[in-house]
Amino acid sequence: MATRKIVGIETEYGIVVRGADDSNPIAASSTLINAYIAATTPPRAGRTAPVGWDFEDESPGNDARGDASSLGSLAPEVETHLVNTVLTNGARYYVDHAHPELSTPECGDALDVVRYDRAAELILRRSMAAASSSLPPGQEIVVYKNNSDGKGNSYGCHENYLMDRLVPFGRVVTHITPHFVTRQIFGGAGKVGSEVPGIGRDEVPFQITQRADFFEEEVGLETTLKRPIVNTRDEPHADAQKYRRLHVIVGDANMAQLATFLKVGTTSIVLAMIEDDWLEREIRFAAPVQALRHVSYDLGLRRPLPLADGTTTTALEVQWHLLERARAYAAARGLDVVGEEVGKQVLVRWEEVLTDLEADPMRLADRLDWPAKLSLIERYRERDGLDWDHPRLAALDLQYHDLRVERSLASRLGLEQLVDDASATAAIEEPPEDTRAYFRGTCLRRWRDSVVAANWDSMVFDVGQDPLRRIPMMEPSRGTRAHVGRLLERCETPAELVEQLGSSDR
Amino acid sequence: MAEREQIKKPAPSRDEAEVAEAPAKSESGEKIKAELDDLLDEIDEVLETNAEEFVKSYIQKGGE
Repeated sequence: MATRKIVGIETEYGIVVRGADDSNPIAASSTLINAYIAATTPPRAGRTAPVGWDFEDESPGNDARGDASSLGSLAPEVETHLVNTVLTNGARYYVDHAHPELSTPECGDALDVVRYDRAAELILRRSMAAASSSLPPGQEIVVYKNNSDGKGNSYGCHENYLMDRLVPFGRVVTHITPHFVTRQIFGGAGKVGSEVPGIGRDEVPFQITQRADFFEEEVGLETTLKRPIVNTRDEPHADAQKYRRLHVIVGDANMAQLATFLKVGTTSIVLAMIEDDWLEREIRFAAPVQALRHVSYDLGLRRPLPLADGTTTTALEVQWHLLERARAYAAARGLDVVGEEVGKQVLVRWEEVLTDLEADPMRLADRLDWPAKLSLIERYRERDGLDWDHPRLAALDLQYHDLRVERSLASRLGLEQLVDDASATAAIEEPPEDTRAYFRGTCLRRWRDSVVAANWDSMVFDVGQDPLRRIPMMEPSRGTRAHVGRLLERCETPAELVEQLGSSDR
Repeated sequence: MAEREQIKKPAPSRDEAEVAEAPAKSESGEKIKAELDDLLDEIDEVLETNAEEFVKSYIQKGGE
């Protein structure tokens, strides 16, 4: 049986300090996040720091294929000294490398991911406003939700999916690769030009994704260089006997909510089908990395992609095939594993988008990022007679992702919204109710002064007597409102909670 | 669209959908275009004043 798809998105944002001659992105990111914490949370009784991240169980160097050191891969570093906090909605907000990063709480379906991803944008926007008061006059921190600076430097938007540990990893790689190579036709955020050395604007004036230029391997552990289509980081943040967490690095950060919804929704269903061994046909590209780029460069979506068996296919054909299988899967098994109602919506919107992409991608200019951005740039080019290498087009591209409300071109385009602003605003503070994020977020809201540290799979409480008490949360589908809501209401103090949990089955 | 013939048609419902939606295409396309024209004027006002400098100075460190 497929594991219920509990999903989260982690986004690294581009950051600049306007009005400063020389700025340090790590310092700017710290200023941004600290300003948000200071503006939103009163000082904690008896403590100077906000609730910190607990690094005890971090092991991003573990490889799903076995011993990482023998594979010659570089394990990602764990940076423990930079600002790193947990929010009452269950999210993690921190400085990663030289970027502000926000990981949404664990969500129970694709629509909730959209909601928390939108809440993350609002959190970043509030952070910018809060930071402006702590900067010298004339300076402003500006954050961009994109994945590249146009000069060969990329930063990621990663997805995480809970999976059944027993499914052979080789099967996951075989069947998820064709989806990852082709889902960009609706998930791409669009980019002017290419950052592959030697490819000019004459060859690639515009491409579907921000990220395809940066992928060099089919499978691997790394995330910062030699990026692989399938990442093998094996760090489940849950019971490792039962679960794996598929860490997906091959997506763009989306402004369009439908793009996020479909990226996460289709991937959740495809992974469930893999777990239930529902995908019989193996679609093996002759050269997956090349195919990923060729799909990204092909705005007409007609380019034949060579398969290992000597035939060819197209990105649209692969997606139609997966949708067809998903429909049969839904009819036979139901979609409870991805949330029944949301799963049905995914199937409807998936078909709608493929139909429109096949007829004319520009029909989707009101719903998906790359057609929206391309239409805007084409109209601008036409009006002013600009060549593709004109800096104003690259500026439009960047500003599409500007998160300042008055400057964001994506907001001005009026793209379809799947979650209303009230719901997204509530998600800034309230955790999802149907995953363990509910327990984490609710404890933080009620007993922040007693929470010493938290992470995905545990919380550490100081209940006034030694030692500190650690509450493990190894089951992502427990700690929900249905599960612990009454317990949390019943307890007056964290000491009571710890005692109750210690004597009961969580 | 001459390549249309090469595309396999796995689901019959799609053919109907394509036929039904064909007339809507230009209409919605025109509407989007008109809206975009208004938008371009608006965007000129919020676009970074020195595009070349803005693009040049947007430098990020790699992440992840």
